[in-house]
Amino acid sequence: MIAQEVLNEWYPVAMAAQIRAGQRRVTQLLGQPITVELQKGAIVVTGQGGALHVTEAYGHVWACPGTPAHDLFPIPEALEPCRRLVDVGVVRVKCSPLRAVENFLDIAHFPFVHTDVLGAEPHTEVNRYEVQIREDSDEVWATKVTFYQPQAAKSAEGGIVTQYMYRVAAPTAAVLYKTCPNRTDAWDVIGIFVQPLTEELCDVWPWMALYDDVTPQAELIAFQQMIFLQDRSILENQIPRLLPLDPGMEIPTQADLTSIAYRRWLKKRGLTYGAQMVAA
Amino acid sequence: MIQLYDYVLSASCYKVRLMAALVGVKMDLEAVDFHPGRAHKSVEFAQLNPAGTLPVMVDGDMILTESTAMLVYLAKRAGPQWLGPDDAKSAAQVQQWLAFSGRLAASLGMARLHDMLLYKGDIDAWRAQGHAALRELEAALTERRFAGGEWLVGDTPSIADIACFPNAALSQDGGVSLDAYPSVRLWTRRIRALDRFIEMPGIHRLHELSPTPKVA
Repeated sequence: MIAQEVLNEWYPVAMAAQIRAGQRRVTQLLGQPITVELQKGAIVVTGQGGALHVTEAYGHVWACPGTPAHDLFPIPEALEPCRRLVDVGVVRVKCSPLRAVENFLDIAHFPFVHTDVLGAEPHTEVNRYEVQIREDSDEVWATKVTFYQPQAAKSAEGGIVTQYMYRVAAPTAAVLYKTCPNRTDAWDVIGIFVQPLTEELCDVWPWMALYDDVTPQAELIAFQQMIFLQDRSILENQIPRLLPLDPGMEIPTQADLTSIAYRRWLKKRGLTYGAQMVAA
Repeated sequence: MIQLYDYVLSASCYKVRLMAALVGVKMDLEAVDFHPGRAHKSVEFAQLNPAGTLPVMVDGDMILTESTAMLVYLAKRAGPQWLGPDDAKSAAQVQQWLAFSGRLAASLGMARLHDMLLYKGDIDAWRAQGHAALRELEAALTERRFAGGEWLVGDTPSIADIACFPNAALSQDGGVSLDAYPSVRLWTRRIRALDRFIEMPGIHRLHELSPTPKVA
């Protein structure tokens, strides 16, 4: 039995451009079979009990199998005219959808998993940053995050200290804002949209809204896929498979503040699909 | 300069990038939107490679579309010791492994595309064929170890090792564990320890602990 709180959230289920091009996607959402397809010019998501609530945003199709508790979260930057919007494409990962989000929020692994790209030894220290659960939007935010990066983006030349903000906008969707190597007055925006197929299997759709007029699309996609696929083999080997929401064997450190806030936020809101409640 | 039409997640493309790095050849990498764009199946790409496969190597008027041929080209140009010993038996064995690497791609490689990028096909058959190929590789490497060797052919690493390495090392991506293949695991570690080795997503570099901890 899946909690109503879980059913009433929005989840990504397809890349909108592929469905609009006539592809039919037979897939799963929260363990139930669904179909995403174009019917008379409209994108329709059908489950066993009939049509699901659907919305289209940030290059993807989002569905809610229950009664939407709220609108899909806003990303105002997606509407800025000069940004390059990049659909990175689906990658399947054999892990809890919540672990996929948590990994996206983690900074400490950069030098070890994304060596010489998002981090490098000996620059392994995670400086202090701030985390809050914002009351108005009911989102988790990490701000004032800084990290030394040898190649922060495809357009970066040489190492820079990158500034980050992280945001958990939905149970299985997170967005980060990071220093844009091309512009000092704007952030690059990168999202990770996770479709929970089951509690231990997910389809992950990275997405980007960048200021970069130069880099070919194929290179932007390749860069982000490279980053995410470096994570994939780590994610598939994490134990326990489900994300523990109660403190147990794991001892968090200062660097894990965002992860702790994410877990607390999930627990408080009853968003336990892909989580385990008993101490690990 | 040699131009390589490349996809960052492709085991076959990585094979060529790795070889080039090991022999110190710089290439111009041209990223192709293999996923999700399927640009390798486009009309424009077919003019370059009618088979619609990656990688493609272009050097002057020469176009190569088979990754094993690219390994030969890079080795012959910049590191002939990578071609293996010159005797008839060794030369034939190198060719044997180059062809065998195609079986790894057709089994473990397809299982990986299925599990990772949602390619449709018979996953059970791909995994079974992958295990069969890994058993052959494990047996050969174990025989080599018993005989005091470390590499597939000869006393030094060769294009035979590089051809077989990526799909074997990435087998876990397709749901095939290397737990039952200790000689394969040791051999992948040897390759990762080579000078000028480069990694790809799913094949991590060896992280040295520095300073080395003292053993009591």
